[in-house]
Amino acid sequence: MKKLINDPDAVVREALEGIEAAHGDRVRVIHDPAVIVRADAPVQGKVGIISGGGSGHEPMHGGFVGRGMLDAACPGEVFTSPTPDQMLEATKAVDGGAGVLHIVKNYTGDVLNFEMAADLAKGEGVEVEAVVTNDDVAVQDSLYTAGRRGVGITVIAEKICGAAAEEGKPLADVAELCRKVNGQGRSMGMALTPCVTPGSGEPSFELADDEMEIGIGIHGEPGRYREKLAPAADIVDRLATAIVEDLPYESGDRVLAFVNGMGGTPLIELYVVYRELDRILKDRGIGIDRRLIGNYITSLEMAGCSITLLKLDDDLTRLWDAPVDTPALRWG
Amino acid sequence: MSVTAADVRAWIDAYAQTIAEHRVELVKLDTAIGDGDHGTNMDRGMRAAMEKLGAGDGDDIGALLKTVGMALVSKVGGAAGPLYGTLFLQMGMATAGRAELDLAGWAAALEAGVKGVQARGKAEPEDKTMIDALLPALSALRAAEGDGAELGDALRRSADAAEEGMKATIPLEARRGRASYLGPRSIGHQDPGATSAHLLLRAAAETFGR
Repeated sequence: MKKLINDPDAVVREALEGIEAAHGDRVRVIHDPAVIVRADAPVQGKVGIISGGGSGHEPMHGGFVGRGMLDAACPGEVFTSPTPDQMLEATKAVDGGAGVLHIVKNYTGDVLNFEMAADLAKGEGVEVEAVVTNDDVAVQDSLYTAGRRGVGITVIAEKICGAAAEEGKPLADVAELCRKVNGQGRSMGMALTPCVTPGSGEPSFELADDEMEIGIGIHGEPGRYREKLAPAADIVDRLATAIVEDLPYESGDRVLAFVNGMGGTPLIELYVVYRELDRILKDRGIGIDRRLIGNYITSLEMAGCSITLLKLDDDLTRLWDAPVDTPALRWG
Repeated sequence: MSVTAADVRAWIDAYAQTIAEHRVELVKLDTAIGDGDHGTNMDRGMRAAMEKLGAGDGDDIGALLKTVGMALVSKVGGAAGPLYGTLFLQMGMATAGRAELDLAGWAAALEAGVKGVQARGKAEPEDKTMIDALLPALSALRAAEGDGAELGDALRRSADAAEEGMKATIPLEARRGRASYLGPRSIGHQDPGATSAHLLLRAAAETFGR
């Protein structure tokens, strides 16, 4: 596998240095322990919001640090949860006296490390609330498993909660809003190819030329089902049906539709996916009020996509539309 | 026969070496049912732990174990960081100020560590996790203690039980951690966490049992 890198062990650090060089007007980068912080943090009186996760999902999360979204992001090694010392550093760096929200994707490593970090931060007198996202319908939820993974809804929650924090909402309200977004959001993903971490140099799973994985996560792990490749219309129908019937989203609902590329799928194919999704939802009487299309939660060079729906109301729509100014998401 | 602080250092050193030797194997096991980083992460963590221990010659076993735990928490990441970190931190708290451990002392330390791992990760037996190696190892140690076994013999029985527990994860369907996302597809693969846990106890048997 060919990679555009210098040294497999230096990829995360060198990328952080690149982010610092490129976006120093919006973010500053702390290197030990690694944290990307909003340039003007801490914002006094504002709830701080941090997230974090393995690297290899760029632009998530570092690309979403800035006004109207995250105050800090903790990048782990590739596909590896960051560590509690990073999260503690981030929490302290963004605490403007109104407390800090941890947005945590439901992956065992992320959850355990954020739990340890929250214990440490509370020990240092910082008020912390944590919300765990778990929107992936490919995983059966059960008391006896690790539960559903947190995937696409995480980006949307970061945007909407960031807007609410910017409005001056208190920590309890921002956390409640985050739980609401997670509760009204559902996602599912699929892959056409595996990905290759710089450290291992090996594909994360083997897939024949005529096969696909349905129900993948975002760390190159195999999916729930391996099947023969099908036309986009059938694949999107499969993903959308599972998502729509899970919440369920019903006729008359207004939604935000997020078509996410896994890193190796061109935008032209994501628009083919969006076309199918638009058709399927129209047939069910569900209206797409807002949309996001592009590579926002990637799995290195994996080809494939994920679809996320969020059921909207006026409040969520207004917060989605509010200004955001980050390296990867910018409007208003 | 007892375990001294120098023995504990030798054990950590032996574990760091065995993890380095098994790094690729652990990565392969984790690639099959997880995300393929377990060997790399543990290797990074144990190298950091060795660096933190340095050439010091303190004889407080608790302090040594806590240093290892903190290094793992801050360098491993993933689920293994907090879990192995907690194992060593709890073992460290149970042995604070001790320069020497007999079999009962070692068993009490391991029990504190395993309880910590269970509290942090909330895994039950047969969830296909490191607990499936650690719990049988602890039971075997307690049984050996009850039989009045020698330390070396007890440690071997403990490591053997961990090995059996590790192998017994192969037919299990994962219910915790990233492997659980595979559902039935996780069946037929040995759990990487149980594998690294067996290596830890095997290293203890080989170091302390000499």
